[in-house]
Amino acid sequence: MTLVHWSVEHHPPPPVLPDPPERAPVPLTLDGVSVEGREGETILDVARAAGIDVPVACYAENLTPVNACRLCVVELEGARTLVPACARRIEAGMVIQTDSPRVAAARKAVLELLASSADLSAWDAFPGYAARYGVDVSRFGEAVTASDDDASPLPPPTPGHHHPRSSPATARQAVKVDNDCYVRDYSRCILCYRCVEACGDDAQATYAISAAGRGFATRISTEFDVALPDSACVYCGNCVGVCPTGALMFASEAKLRSAGEWDPARQHTTETICPYCGVGCELGLVVQDDRIVKVTSPADHSVTKGNLCVKGRFGFDFVHAGREPPPRGARGAGEREG
Amino acid sequence: MELTLPAGPASEAELAALDEALSPLLDLSRGEGRAHSSAHPKRRHLLAGLHALRRARGYISAAGLAELCRRLEVPYADAYGVASFYALFPTTPRPPATIHLCDDLACAARAAPLAKLLRARLGEDPSAPVGEASPPGPLAWAASPCLGRCEAAPAALLTVAGEGDAALAPVSEADLVALCERLVPPPSREAATATSATNGAPPPGLLGALASPAPPRVVALGPALLTARIGVVDPESLADYRRHGGYEALRLALQRPPDATIAAVRAAKLTGRGGAGFPTAAKWEAVARAPGEHYLVCNADESEPGTFKDRVLAEGDPFSILEAITIAAYALRAQHAYVYLRGEYPLARARLGTAIEAARAAGLLGSDVAGSGFALEVHLVSGAGAYICGEETALLNSIEGFRGEPRAKPPFPTEVGLFARPTAINNVETLANLLPILTDPATYLATGTEASPGTRAYCLSGAIPRPGLYEVAQGTTLQALLRAAGVEEPPAAVLLGGAAGGFVRGDAEIALSAEGARAASVSLGSGVVLALASTEDVAEACRRIARFFVEESCGQCVPCRVGTVRQAELLSRVGADRPLGSLADELTRFAELAEVLRDASICGLGQTAPAAIASAIATFGPEILRGGGSRNEHEGAR
Repeated sequence: MTLVHWSVEHHPPPPVLPDPPERAPVPLTLDGVSVEGREGETILDVARAAGIDVPVACYAENLTPVNACRLCVVELEGARTLVPACARRIEAGMVIQTDSPRVAAARKAVLELLASSADLSAWDAFPGYAARYGVDVSRFGEAVTASDDDASPLPPPTPGHHHPRSSPATARQAVKVDNDCYVRDYSRCILCYRCVEACGDDAQATYAISAAGRGFATRISTEFDVALPDSACVYCGNCVGVCPTGALMFASEAKLRSAGEWDPARQHTTETICPYCGVGCELGLVVQDDRIVKVTSPADHSVTKGNLCVKGRFGFDFVHAGREPPPRGARGAGEREG
Repeated sequence: MELTLPAGPASEAELAALDEALSPLLDLSRGEGRAHSSAHPKRRHLLAGLHALRRARGYISAAGLAELCRRLEVPYADAYGVASFYALFPTTPRPPATIHLCDDLACAARAAPLAKLLRARLGEDPSAPVGEASPPGPLAWAASPCLGRCEAAPAALLTVAGEGDAALAPVSEADLVALCERLVPPPSREAATATSATNGAPPPGLLGALASPAPPRVVALGPALLTARIGVVDPESLADYRRHGGYEALRLALQRPPDATIAAVRAAKLTGRGGAGFPTAAKWEAVARAPGEHYLVCNADESEPGTFKDRVLAEGDPFSILEAITIAAYALRAQHAYVYLRGEYPLARARLGTAIEAARAAGLLGSDVAGSGFALEVHLVSGAGAYICGEETALLNSIEGFRGEPRAKPPFPTEVGLFARPTAINNVETLANLLPILTDPATYLATGTEASPGTRAYCLSGAIPRPGLYEVAQGTTLQALLRAAGVEEPPAAVLLGGAAGGFVRGDAEIALSAEGARAASVSLGSGVVLALASTEDVAEACRRIARFFVEESCGQCVPCRVGTVRQAELLSRVGADRPLGSLADELTRFAELAEVLRDASICGLGQTAPAAIASAIATFGPEILRGGGSRNEHEGAR
């Protein structure tokens, strides 16, 4: 065998890549102020760059905008209706009001409609938005809260036929617990489509879930509502990672919440690198009382965009091994998992 | 991509139906696969495959859908999401035969006793809330939104697995009793209930035994520019069509460059007849100039309650539609045209299909249309029970094999349309105008008004002695039209434009044209003129309209998905005299709902959902909402 001796002099210098082409500047007026964006940017991009806080629900940085929630609507001079900031591309000369009375009225109504149809208690951003727009959560019917009253599964979809179980109609339904990794509590679902996108075109390309049914009865579902273990789900948890309202939740988190023991004040996040494979995804291990209760990954990572696989997302039990007495019936107290 | 599919086999009937439906579509030698570039060329056949499964079995079975997914390489959950969007694709087991009974605006009053009969004989509507058992035997029934046969109310559609579909209009108690007797004969009714509901096949030849619906009343009050051949020509004969002037317009169009046709359309000031009234030439100019491949789509989804004009044109003079499509495609430089026809129009589907085959055989479609060198393929796509698929971008998504959810605009279809290519989408009646514009421009321009030349086809139904299709010169007054249809005393109210339109007083003086409607602050929409005998009927109609939008909303955006439900609940409360707070509180609440629906919905469905109700309040006062007993069994609130 010949030993090849490498030395620095034999390495050619790395190629110098040309800068990406400059995107054309686009001048527009935002809340009375002249600003400049770049071609291809959306109104939301420009607003955020200008420090304007536009409320969002279905928008996520690492997903294709679906402009479904209509919370980010803004007023565009010359347009008949309000326009969604997350999806509308900027054009030169646009005159935009991001928080006019018309916008505020629309956002207030959207928030009130959501509150009347789904359980928003785990949507972190909601209280701030509600305060900002003077939301009356009972405007269109009592606000939906966690309750056992409608603890039955929804019937299969019957598009074109609306049969509410109560008035006002809500999304309340039995929580789906059919695997050890995560829980589906669709009483909290606001149909932002983020999970479908993460499972599908935008990240995982597994397509285990889709929107099914039509209208108010639309629900996120596997084929024929089969249990997750019977579906194409690979438990990457990317859907859980993007769900804004807790409709999809780690089983460990759901268990603590239902016992009233979920306490962010007692939590810290340890940032580390996943140990399982050579990609080395960044993990944020949310720890409460010396146990990992949830795993996150930064959405703004240029390569992984917050996406993980089943190992990185849910493969953390081994960390706890040996930190507590083994469960009754397992091997003797002196033995460890290794 | 890995497909995770269950192991169970599809039935013989399902496999045969898929073979029949998909083989021609997947046959690349036809050039379709190469002509369209798309990330997923097989996906667009999903709708056709689902129809095949429905025709084979009466519903979409898990095994059937799995087989379809295997053949088209579409993910299973994804395809289930598509199937479950459409009312004609039940995803739970159903009997092979279903009577779809219309309970929409024009039919509601007359349908009530029929629904009672069906409920007594067949049990509850299978789409009823969970807890109701699936009805036994080979026949079920379901309430249906407008079937587009309002001139012959009450209407029903019979779908029979293994045979096909047929409309029944007007449908009588006797018709329904006969169907029930034939399908569920009294002596063996107990035996039928004991066997599996889905195993019993209906007796063969069921559809053939039904009487064909009577041809609709078609009246032209002035020049019959659009309807002259209806009732005269044999709709299934190309030769007869040509004997009556058919394909003369195409001949004229092909003699000149495509832009000459666009110029003729511009000179005729043609605007869209589907409801939006967009200038046709402007739409075409944007598409004709676009580089690369582009498409023409004929929107024949006609689902606006009270509308049936496109059905009458497609059933009565199908070759005229095809000729118009050919001319339009030539003008647009489009080599592929799609006709998206609502799934509840079986006769129109059969006749358009026959027309396309005949035209192809005669060299009037295909690689060299009439020897001109211009190539055109026309594809007939069936809708599957979704009003929202009449919205142009939802229609495009439906053709592509996705849920019929509207897209954000901009970009508009003229830039990013079918398969992301520039696309012109035109209503059936709009296209039908091309023929007189080219063959007799002098008469066309001399008819109607200066700003709105030509004629329009209005759909008269409801409290009308002679309901039907009325072709009138633009500018004809509403009162003249009502009188021509036999109305002597003006009705209490008229609904113009359908559920997305508005109410006017029955004696309103309105010139029926775009400018006349603007002057009266009304919208003519799709040409619906539905008369209501009393203000009680107006209140009832408002509740039915509110329910219509709840059941037809696609569900994407919050204002419409939730707002339409809250609107319906509000009307139900007020109608039952149980307002949340006072009537004034409810009116304020309604105004807030109306504002967010208008301002923040993704598409026109949400934007127009409160329009008719708002017009009722404005025209008749808020007390109108209190009127009427509840004949509506499907209230949002109890």
